[in-house]
Amino acid sequence: MAEMDTSSGGGHKKGPGVKKSKKLSTRVDLTPMVDLGFLLITFFIFTTTMSQATAMKLNLPKDADKPEDQNKAKQSGVITILLGKDNNVFYYEGELDNSASNFKSSNFHDIRDVLIKKKNSVKELKDFVVILKPSEECTYKNVIDILDEMTINVCTRYALVDITDVETQLVKKSEEIAAAGGGN
Amino acid sequence: MGRAKLPRKSTSIDMTAMCDVAFLLLSFFILTTKFKPSEAIAVTIPKSVAAKVAPQKDFVQIIIDKDGKVFLEMDDESIKETVGNALNNTKNLGLDMKAFKKSPFYGASFGELKSFLALPEDQRKGNLLPGIPVKDTANNELTEWMTQVMSAYQGKKPFFLVKGDNLAKFPAFKSVITAFKKNDILKFQMVTSPEGVPVGSDLWKKAQSGEKREE
Repeated sequence: MAEMDTSSGGGHKKGPGVKKSKKLSTRVDLTPMVDLGFLLITFFIFTTTMSQATAMKLNLPKDADKPEDQNKAKQSGVITILLGKDNNVFYYEGELDNSASNFKSSNFHDIRDVLIKKKNSVKELKDFVVILKPSEECTYKNVIDILDEMTINVCTRYALVDITDVETQLVKKSEEIAAAGGGN
Repeated sequence: MGRAKLPRKSTSIDMTAMCDVAFLLLSFFILTTKFKPSEAIAVTIPKSVAAKVAPQKDFVQIIIDKDGKVFLEMDDESIKETVGNALNNTKNLGLDMKAFKKSPFYGASFGELKSFLALPEDQRKGNLLPGIPVKDTANNELTEWMTQVMSAYQGKKPFFLVKGDNLAKFPAFKSVITAFKKNDILKFQMVTSPEGVPVGSDLWKKAQSGEKREE
């Protein structure tokens, strides 16, 4: 009788010439899988940005209407920093003199040294006051940067003050000079 | 004397345990990663050395985008409702309270607020919206908003946050400060992304000596 052999031969006893099929090991080499796992981990760690935003505090002083309520600062310990457009920084120590000879220009990189120098030259640390005057042209980033600079250099007394017209003019003028100088 | 024969050991190690650890770590990282929610107003925040994490709840946030437009964001729904009702009563705006409560942020003048809320939420994108008018010092509408928010909180102090774009100009920030000052809000925080303290600076020395930073 013709019969189909459906069994794959596992149950059959094989004939003498047929090789016995080798018993395969169930153990798989997991090394590539481990590699892949760690690769993915490194990928995730590197691509994850710690987006946890931080917050810096700013306490504003109450507006003092009467001049006797206003905070006084010793002239020798005061440094005024002005922020112009295109990340320009200007500063003067003490009071601005009439010819504006103590009005100096700087940038965000050098201002730290200026601050440190001033801080060290002031005899009493409580007399060290920084006045920040952002102009209309400067950006929010500039303001944050300079406030951050206060934290970095541990300047405990600083104030955010409106810029005066004289100072605005000076900033504009110096920026024009710088622009003209850069063009040559 | 006959030396003991060392059995030759196989050099292949069982990788199963290591594989388990690797994938456990992987799943841990994937599951704990929080995706940044897509924000309607694109703001690139500046960096600072501040180390305190920004508060996640009970905040009133002012957003300044790169064109200097100002938006207001609040998280507490009941406060939103109180503010909305107060605005409806005092200014007769005829606002849809449901939409007002649902809106994640506000960015229009009082006159345009109704049409702002009528917009479908996916169309309320920062660059198309007018923002709360603040430029005009005589008519700084944010002052009014803050007054309403303060009265809605009834003496409790929420966290006031300012989130500004790097490129925003200072006048916008100044008018926000003015609006705060007029309502006697003298303490607020600015949202920044963290940055390392420069080596050698006074703050760095302080941190090295173990002194705690005042927050």
